[in-house]
Amino acid sequence: MSGNLLELKDLRFAWPGSTEDCLNIAELHVTPGETIFLHGPSGCGKSTLLSLLAGVIVPQTGYVALLDTHWGDLRPAARDRHRVDHVGYIFQQFNLLPYLTALDNVLLPCRFSAKRRDAAVRHAGNLRAAAEHWLTGMGLSAQIWNRPAHTLSVGQQQRIAAASALIGEPDLIIADEPTSALDEDRREAFLDLLLPACTATESALVLVSHDRRIAKRFSRQVSLPAINRVTFDGEVIV
Amino acid sequence: MNRSYLINLAWRSAWNRRFTLALTVCSIALSTFMLLGVERMRTDLRSSFTSAVSGTDLIVGARTGSTQLLLYTVFHVGAATNNIRWSSVQALEQLRGVAWVVPLSLGDSHQGFPVLGTTRAYFEHFRYGEQQPLQLREGQRFRDLYDAVIGAEVADRLGYRINQRITLAHGTGKVNFGADHADKPFTITGILARTGTPVDRTVHISLEAMEAIHVDWITGVPLPGLHIGPEETRKMDLRPKSVTAALMGLQNRAAVFSVQRQVNNFAAEPLMSILPGVALDELWDIVGAGERALLLMSGLVALVSMAGLVSVVLAGLNERRRELAVLRAAGASLYHVLALLALEGILLTMAGIITGIAALATCILTLGPWLQSTFGLSLQLGQPTPMQWLLLAGLLLAGWAASLLPGWRAYRLSLADGLSPRI
Repeated sequence: MSGNLLELKDLRFAWPGSTEDCLNIAELHVTPGETIFLHGPSGCGKSTLLSLLAGVIVPQTGYVALLDTHWGDLRPAARDRHRVDHVGYIFQQFNLLPYLTALDNVLLPCRFSAKRRDAAVRHAGNLRAAAEHWLTGMGLSAQIWNRPAHTLSVGQQQRIAAASALIGEPDLIIADEPTSALDEDRREAFLDLLLPACTATESALVLVSHDRRIAKRFSRQVSLPAINRVTFDGEVIV
Repeated sequence: MNRSYLINLAWRSAWNRRFTLALTVCSIALSTFMLLGVERMRTDLRSSFTSAVSGTDLIVGARTGSTQLLLYTVFHVGAATNNIRWSSVQALEQLRGVAWVVPLSLGDSHQGFPVLGTTRAYFEHFRYGEQQPLQLREGQRFRDLYDAVIGAEVADRLGYRINQRITLAHGTGKVNFGADHADKPFTITGILARTGTPVDRTVHISLEAMEAIHVDWITGVPLPGLHIGPEETRKMDLRPKSVTAALMGLQNRAAVFSVQRQVNNFAAEPLMSILPGVALDELWDIVGAGERALLLMSGLVALVSMAGLVSVVLAGLNERRRELAVLRAAGASLYHVLALLALEGILLTMAGIITGIAALATCILTLGPWLQSTFGLSLQLGQPTPMQWLLLAGLLLAGWAASLLPGWRAYRLSLADGLSPRI
């Protein structure tokens, strides 16, 4: 055991069909419960790094390990299982199935992961109570719980997405620009809800944003251009 | 992940896209309709062809090709090169083993429908399909000299009823060149029930009547200056001098080749006889090219409709790209995504096929009579043929495979997109 939740070592990754590396990172780790603000200009590979951390894609050389399990050692189906058991994911936008209610959207990860389902039931008594707990925790009133997701505002949708990522208390929350579709007030309000929630579940948070103003609220800041040895124009810094 | 939740999810997702999916179902239904319709037409064409005559052991006529003899005696198409004498018909009845002989006399028409001169025995002995006898829908067989019994299609197409009076035209074809038998009108006394055979298109009169309308004619034209009225004609000797051909039934089918030999070696005049079944097969070999063309068309229709199905499903995938990404992010594995797509595909295809079958059944039931009267095509609503089962299975398989194709593409996309779809 390294004591790290997430460990990345000597990683090199190029998108299929591309001759040049997109990412070349010597080392990155995330310890349990810490909150990391990952920043960098758009196009520098932030989303790619998140996909690597979540094991959606695997690097050509080096490794990424979540809870000491190397993503590259798992078969695709096992990767999917490992991911849903331990990772909650929030996108910039469109996190929800438009035809499901807010409540059903929150419960979606519990449908695919027995581990998250058991954790949710252990925590709240039953699944519905767990979903309601997180919806309330994200400041969403009961009157919207049973409304289809597509009838809700973007701010509400992002908070439902956060509730969905948090349910079942995964070890890691990955958020890819979750606030960029929100105005400034809502951005602060969203973080006011998300950060304490992560603390409550002892989940680590890796949040990507290009908005440096919110950086101070995180326990650690990582600049991707600083750790990536591939420069913007494709040259490798030795 | 339990199965019922997956089905629930598939259903809610499908309901969310119901208008697009309704179009897909319609396109599959249309394909099914086309495919089964063409196939049904093909089989019914064949069966209406082969059921044209049965229960007749031999057809006798003047020497000609066997196909030609069959064509004019059974299908009333074309013309005989030669007649056979009445005395020969009488002699045929005396042959050992012959049970009955029904003489046929052709050559006239009514509004394009052939006129058949025959005896009342025709209604007793003629069989079609599975040994089915002719039935009268209304009225009775001809009794008086100027009585006529018409087939179902003649009645339906021309709107004829019992006791209506009609005149016959000389020669065949719709256009007549002033040569008709308007002086001796006929009364419709009977209308036959529909058979789906050439009988439906035929006007039946007695041999004597056929003789009567030609008493003042010679070699196809009215004799100038000579006109014999209908009542005067009754007093004349109306026994036919010759007929076109004859249908023959035997006491024992086993004797068919010996009787055929006797007929073919008939001394008084050159005759030939054919076995209807054999001649039908020979004729079908010729007409069968049309059937093969229809089969080819079925195949092309199938191909085009399946291609359409794949493209509709693929076009729908872009609409679902984001949805699938959300599912993947929520923890759905590729297996779940594939299962979701395959489930939807098979249900859609099944819905389409069932709709198509229902549409076809409705069409056959409602448009059947119109098709019959306009195109002479009798379509039956029956058990699907083995070929149709095969086509249905093919459609289902293609629909299912078509839905897996997007699954494969979704897999590729999810690899390329990571978790965030690029749209």
